[in-house]
Amino acid sequence: MSPSVPLQEMIRAIRSARTQCEERGVIQRECAAIRAQFRQADNGGRSHNLAKLLYVHMLGYPAHFGQMECVRMIASPRYSEKRVGYLGAMMLLDEKQDASLLITNSIKNDLSNSNQYIQSLALCTLACMGSAEMCRDLAPEIDRLLRASNSYIKKKAALCAVHIVRKVHDLGELFTKAARSLLTEKNHGVVHGAVVLITELCERNSETLERFRKTVPDLVQIMKGLVISGYSPDHDVAGISDPFLQVRILRLLRILGRNNEAASDAMNDLLAQVATNTDSTKTVGNAVLYETVLTVLDIKSESGLRVLAVNILGRFLLNNDRNIRYIAMTSLQKIVGTDHNAVQRHRGTIVDCLKDQDASVKRRALELSLALVSASNIRSMMKELLSFLSSCPPELRSQTASGIFNAAERYAPSQRWHIDTILHVLTTAGGDVRDETVPNLIQLITNTSELHCYTVHKLYRALLSDISQQPLVQVACWCIGEYGDLLLTGECQETEPVQVTEDYVLDVLETVLQSHMSSPSTRGFALTATMKLSTRITENVDRIRSIVSIYGSCIDVELQQRAVEYNALFKKYDHMRAAVLERMPVIEKNSQGHTNGETIKESQTVKVKPGEPQQPANQVQANAAFYTVFSIVATVTVYEKDGVTVTLSCEKQSDSGLTVTLTASNSTESDIRGFTLQAAVPKSVQLHMKAPSGDSLPARGTAKVTQMVLVFTFADMSEVYETKVSPVTS
Amino acid sequence: MNNVATLESAHDPAVSESTGILRLQGLITGLQGFIWAAYKMMRFLLLFSRQGKLRLQKWFTPLTDREKKKVIRDMMMLVLARPPRSCNFLQWRDLKIVYKRYASLYFCAGLEDKDNELLALEVLHRYVELLDKYFGNVCELDIIFNFEKAYFILDEFLMGGEILETSKLAVGVSMEEADTLQETMEEYMSKPAY
Repeated sequence: MSPSVPLQEMIRAIRSARTQCEERGVIQRECAAIRAQFRQADNGGRSHNLAKLLYVHMLGYPAHFGQMECVRMIASPRYSEKRVGYLGAMMLLDEKQDASLLITNSIKNDLSNSNQYIQSLALCTLACMGSAEMCRDLAPEIDRLLRASNSYIKKKAALCAVHIVRKVHDLGELFTKAARSLLTEKNHGVVHGAVVLITELCERNSETLERFRKTVPDLVQIMKGLVISGYSPDHDVAGISDPFLQVRILRLLRILGRNNEAASDAMNDLLAQVATNTDSTKTVGNAVLYETVLTVLDIKSESGLRVLAVNILGRFLLNNDRNIRYIAMTSLQKIVGTDHNAVQRHRGTIVDCLKDQDASVKRRALELSLALVSASNIRSMMKELLSFLSSCPPELRSQTASGIFNAAERYAPSQRWHIDTILHVLTTAGGDVRDETVPNLIQLITNTSELHCYTVHKLYRALLSDISQQPLVQVACWCIGEYGDLLLTGECQETEPVQVTEDYVLDVLETVLQSHMSSPSTRGFALTATMKLSTRITENVDRIRSIVSIYGSCIDVELQQRAVEYNALFKKYDHMRAAVLERMPVIEKNSQGHTNGETIKESQTVKVKPGEPQQPANQVQANAAFYTVFSIVATVTVYEKDGVTVTLSCEKQSDSGLTVTLTASNSTESDIRGFTLQAAVPKSVQLHMKAPSGDSLPARGTAKVTQMVLVFTFADMSEVYETKVSPVTS
Repeated sequence: MNNVATLESAHDPAVSESTGILRLQGLITGLQGFIWAAYKMMRFLLLFSRQGKLRLQKWFTPLTDREKKKVIRDMMMLVLARPPRSCNFLQWRDLKIVYKRYASLYFCAGLEDKDNELLALEVLHRYVELLDKYFGNVCELDIIFNFEKAYFILDEFLMGGEILETSKLAVGVSMEEADTLQETMEEYMSKPAY
């Protein structure tokens, strides 16, 4: 067993260790020595040993074996040992440890010690880690100390009482009277402690709050004394007398004046005085001004005072110090709802802060700017926000993008402006937009029929320059597919004409299909768009046919399936192709079951795979993107052929889950056996199919077969869902 | 006495707010049992060096060791990544973080949403002044080799997350008297009993 070294030696040894391994070795040796020392009887070096252990603990190594030693040392009569013992208790023990209860008795004894420094150790430890039981035990002691002791102990007892009240709310009653009397003391520490205690009591209990309203004049008096008083070297900080106490009093006044006319009147003059007289060149003065502003805005102050407060915030906004600008914007954010016009006056400065170098300031400026957007300033604000989007730090991008979309949706002065704005965002920050942007934009474009030509031209041009931004590419593909004929006629008043031939258009779509940058869903869009063009162009249909048939053997199952189906459309169902691929109707925005403003379409896709002789699949509606979302409440008949009817009803379970019930019935004269339902969903959706109630449909609808399917999406709501019904008639 | 030059605030490394780095999803699943007590001024106070070594940790809320380690790691990651000359305030989960760099040490405090950040900066500065007065031109080594004294000074200045004593002089006097008491007692106890 190596002899233990003094604390400083050990620290030096640890610091000089060159590797982590060496350090661990030193520490292990020391810990072993310490443990051995703990087991020995009382020796002179106990406090040093514990101090060493605490150092080791701070470095991150386990030190739980020191807990009992702490308990022993706290009980020691020596002050040095008590001091380190209590420090150890605060570092190693907390209310979750069982050993903490063991020190309750020691604390109780020390609270009545004749020496104030020993009392203060006990008070400090109780305030730091006292559990609820300890607090209940010792509360009467604390109350006694609050009344009859010197100011050194009183101030500590006050904060200890604060801790007790936080732990055990009911004990607040015990301290109310003492707290009141402490306000009259001279010692700043005691007054500060009293103010904190009263604040805590008032926040917990509204009756206590009512009672303490009477102290408002006293508080105003104390505050005035601080503000007007001459220089006191003891408490002065850069010309302000005891700013810590001033801020605490202001906070208490805020709580007392809230929702109360009389109290607010009583403090009006004082607040005006503090607001005008406080020197704002240094941080400390601004700290007091800041608290004053918060108080003024929270109580029922008169309008002149409110204007003064907002002006102070405006001055803060122009301050060179970044910290001041940051808190100005934080405060303005709080009042932008209530004093909107006042904040609007400072819009210019706030927008300038978007260009600040500091990321914290940028973030605050962004939030505030988005809150200040209104119908009258939408155009200029959007310009600023869009230029911010192109240069903002990546973590703010998606917030900016969604903010811009919301603002555009609410205040767009024209449809064309709206579409332009969304396209601008997609080109600059396409990767950071939310998933429902694409269907929202598609819906917006579809509904703005007069701008179809303009939109498709613009999107075509965007696609020519850049195919990496997936949402943009998806929307562009969809539009080209829908409105390709408008693109090819070349006429558009609002943009310059562009030379487009059918080959160029197909080239672009093929590039998207083959590019490594395109995600699988984007390629799906592109393939479908290519297919749709087959009814809108005249010459290159063969090219389309060949593209589609190539993808019939694509590795991606989704693409392969689409290609195969499109092939079938070319071959067997060519007479239907025009009808299937015609223009989409205007989409109704269904406001039922809205979450995050997404749109829900009524139609859905059902594919019927006939196991029986060829039937024209006249239920097939090859929706452009196979993008279907179930309307939340409808029960829809999805298949009705040869007497077999399948209906589907949905029920929303949660934000990402849906229960679909499929019900099949048979109205023919013969039974149908071996009836199965199959369902397929894309990767972003998870499917749980429960067992069906049976697999044969009795004749004449005497009974039905039902099957429950649980659908969960990971992405947000838009689902792709296909049901395959394969009945086998006997 | 007024010379806090050694520990005076050098211009902070500019900091870009990297709260985006801390994605809450990952944190929340791991720390479901994280219980923050409400209504305190300060939740914790940390001192750490530029190299990421912890020099002092004061916790004003009960947390498990694992949670404390997580907070320390996150604070270091956030604060050390900030560039100089940037804002001293950050947002982290539901807390405001106020930090200030003095020479080679970062002083980092976690505040509640309702608290006054500018005053917290003053609190950090006052603590540095107290350390400076006690150690005389304090530097990081003083705090390393006399960490228990640093804690004692802190305990005379803050208690339970609130300010205890607003006068510099009073804190200095208390420390002196307590130290004298300690020495006297030690001397008395170690005197041979003849």
